[in-house]
Amino acid sequence: MALGIGCTARPGNSRNNKTGSWRVFYPTMDTEKCTKCGTCQLICPEGCINQNSDKTYSIDLDFCKGCGMCAEECPDKAKAITMKMEEK
Amino acid sequence: MTMEIMEGSIAVAETVRLCRPQVISAYPITPQTHIVEGLASIVADGRLDAEYICVESEFSALSACIGASAAGSRVYSATTSQGLALMTEVVFNAAGMRLPIVMGIANRAISAPLSIWNDQQDSIMMRDSGWIQLYAEDNQEAIDMHILAYKVCEDHNILLPAFVCFDGFILSHVFEPIDIPSQELVDKFVGPFTPYQKLDVNDPISFGMYATPEYYLEFRYEHDQAVKRAAEAIKKYGKEFGEIFGRDYSELVVGYKLEDADIAIVAMGSICGTVKDAIDEMRAEGKKVGLLNLRCFRPFPSTDVAKALAHVNTIAVLDKNVSLGAKGAVAIEIKEACYGSNIPVYDYILGLGGRDVRKKDIKKIVDLAEKGEGDMFYGLREEVL
Repeated sequence: MALGIGCTARPGNSRNNKTGSWRVFYPTMDTEKCTKCGTCQLICPEGCINQNSDKTYSIDLDFCKGCGMCAEECPDKAKAITMKMEEK
Repeated sequence: MTMEIMEGSIAVAETVRLCRPQVISAYPITPQTHIVEGLASIVADGRLDAEYICVESEFSALSACIGASAAGSRVYSATTSQGLALMTEVVFNAAGMRLPIVMGIANRAISAPLSIWNDQQDSIMMRDSGWIQLYAEDNQEAIDMHILAYKVCEDHNILLPAFVCFDGFILSHVFEPIDIPSQELVDKFVGPFTPYQKLDVNDPISFGMYATPEYYLEFRYEHDQAVKRAAEAIKKYGKEFGEIFGRDYSELVVGYKLEDADIAIVAMGSICGTVKDAIDEMRAEGKKVGLLNLRCFRPFPSTDVAKALAHVNTIAVLDKNVSLGAKGAVAIEIKEACYGSNIPVYDYILGLGGRDVRKKDIKKIVDLAEKGEGDMFYGLREEVL
């Protein structure tokens, strides 16, 4: 994103404005363990967990803040999401 | 050229009319009141085709100006002291949105204690806001700087708001001979406002957006660069102003009997007139004293200051403000500009809250500077401390 003079932006710009940089921990998804229950997608406050055409889920790390709610809420029988420390 | 005897504030209002702002929003506050009263009358009498937006506070006044400027209008506002303080959040926003708003500041002290009288603490308080700050010595400069400010601010290479500062009461309420330029010449110099970008429902944009840590530093850098570029723009358009109106503004610092001076006084605003008279008398007594008048405080013309003061052996800075716990804001800048030169820079905080500064005070300050006594509040009444 080139800087607009006066911090101006056109509509739809929030897609370009990546907000994932605050993260300390990032989630990783083990698709083998995932039961495709969809809890993580429902619980994600940033709406950055999306279902793929093969019903698996992927996490958009451009916008994920690393809150860990997906890992916390992933059912005990699956525990498909693990939080890992960002290496910056 | 027709000279008219006019009150400073009315002269400012008449000059703003000549600049053809399309929207004016301001809230009356002493000693700025006559400017906005004047403009309200001018608009009500049909002498200027503009929207005059009455608001309930200074915060709203400048907010209305932001909206109007972003929508593509040339705008004007004026305030002082507490009004400017109330605007603070909006002042920084207007600058960050890079809107070419011109605002007159009739300089006044800041509460508490409450004071309606003059010093320059109000505009100095906004030192870091990213606005251009020009300081007028007399009312002719106050009106000329309004015209110049529109030209500089609206340059697409600059796009910044500007304060035109003139001392409250000392200038705002003083009647003196003034040349109000013709509409034809002002039109020729300022021209119509061409916004760089504007709010348009058919091509929507938002101003002053959110910047993540990846972008904020760069926005601030670009803003800083624009303020620095303004120095050359003021010089360029100041020269052009001189060619059209006969009064030159191509220098950000102006010397008076400075070329052969041993002691330089550095000052800003109306006090320069008093200093010049004191210098004439001291010169007659054989003291080689000169003045450096700072016309522009932001951008700060460090290089010009260092060059103008390189030959003197003592510098006395008159500060009508104080950064409490440090020094006067002007002295801090002068010391930075002269760093490495080994010229002693003495700071004198004076004239706060309307305390008169007279020729005898200037002479006493020169005596103090000669003795190496400075960095002090000058003229303290020890008996009330």
